[in-house]
Amino acid sequence: MSEKTTLTSSSIGRKVVMALSALFLILFLLLHFSVNFTSIFSEDVFNVASEFMGTNWIVQFIMQPILILGVLVHFIMGFYLEIKNRSSRQVKYAQYNGASNSSWMSRNMIITGIVILLFLGLHFLDFWVPEMKYKYIEGGTDATRYYEELVHEFSNPWRVLVYCLSFVFLALHLLHGFQSSFQSMGWNHPKYTPIVKRLGDIYSIVIPLGFISIALFHFFISN
Amino acid sequence: MNLTLKIWRQKGPKDKGKIVDYKVNDISEHMSFLEMMDVLNEQLINSGEDPVAFDHDCREGICGSCSMFINGRAHGPAEGTTTCQLHMRSFSDGDTIYIEPFRANAFPVIKDLVVDRSAFERIQQAGGYISVNTSGNTQDANAIPIPKEDADMAMDAATCIGCGACVATCKNASAMLFVGAKISQYALLPQGRVEAEKRAKNMVAQMDAEGFGNCTNTGACEVECPKGISLSNIARMNREFLTANLKK
Ligand code: SF4
Ligand code: FES
Repeated sequence: MSEKTTLTSSSIGRKVVMALSALFLILFLLLHFSVNFTSIFSEDVFNVASEFMGTNWIVQFIMQPILILGVLVHFIMGFYLEIKNRSSRQVKYAQYNGASNSSWMSRNMIITGIVILLFLGLHFLDFWVPEMKYKYIEGGTDATRYYEELVHEFSNPWRVLVYCLSFVFLALHLLHGFQSSFQSMGWNHPKYTPIVKRLGDIYSIVIPLGFISIALFHFFISN
Repeated sequence: MNLTLKIWRQKGPKDKGKIVDYKVNDISEHMSFLEMMDVLNEQLINSGEDPVAFDHDCREGICGSCSMFINGRAHGPAEGTTTCQLHMRSFSDGDTIYIEPFRANAFPVIKDLVVDRSAFERIQQAGGYISVNTSGNTQDANAIPIPKEDADMAMDAATCIGCGACVATCKNASAMLFVGAKISQYALLPQGRVEAEKRAKNMVAQMDAEGFGNCTNTGACEVECPKGISLSNIARMNREFLTANLKK
């Protein structure tokens, strides 16, 4: 048997890229949630945590670029694979009963993904861009601004509505994506896969619901 | 029962093809789906029309040739069956049934419902075998101790009949369940370990070259597979392929 193929240009290699970036983003989301969560019980803790994330150079200049890269890789590869997969069956079926053998979430990752991407764009404009401007262009240093900004953003009902809806889509995306990344990495095991699936379901519901609750909490407090 | 059939008719690989309506009457619920097709074809032949071309051979669920996409599902509504094992009792009088070929770029239509699945053969030729000395001094396979669980899993993977339902049903037209099964049946046994790394690399390379889509883990293939091949075989293929590539 002679030997061919390379990792990066292979179908499985691309799956792994999707999975690894996904797992990284899942971890990041957990971190983001923990910081947001503090805003419910303490303005000070939230400000201190945010100030740390906003000024620590490891977070700012190593983790933040990796995060942005992770997002880019995940969605560019996602789009690429979607286009390639769609074109793998040029003549379509007259009847195709996808619901009979797979979940809506698993078949529509591109739709939930696009909604999340649009939301990320909005989120960047709302928080990240003003923050970068304030910190690096205007040279602002007020270490207590974070809580006020958060409350201000969440006082607008439309923004809160868009925010909550986006997290519903994130939940749908995660319900398939979490366990799917493990399968793509080849981590399938009779004993541990059911645990991973259960954990994935819990994460996919609890984390988005948590983000939604925090937004609603601030909305109702400030109105 | 009386049925309306909407069948994909395509004269040849270059023809555009279209759905044509047919009526069949007095179909017994005890007939298999292919017997119902035979009734239709006899009807067509008697009236001087071209019968519907479809693949079939064993008619008992072991050869994997009877590819039909029935009412939006590979091999029709019953799970764990091939088209030849599907009975007309799965349908009711007055039903309209769509019958289409298995569709994927890698499975081009030859005529009507017959598709060319030689892509699977080429994937097999790329590594779905073990190189053994057949000069007469081959070691007895039973002389090598193999855990029963591994042997069972290898046998389960080896039940794949290469029907292509996994590709047909996958929204991405991915062949990973088939290739996963073929890689697994050897990866689990000591005889297969010798060439395991090359096998994983070569079969995946051939699969990609044939133009199948990429798996997104929807799990549709596992549900539609007439032999119940498990998704864990895809994960095993991913593992085999990754470790083979990480080693060199
Ligand atoms: S894995 Fe199942 S569906 Fe796919 S070719 Fe083998 S038997 Fe058919
Ligand atoms: S004709 Fe052989 S499996 Fe159906």
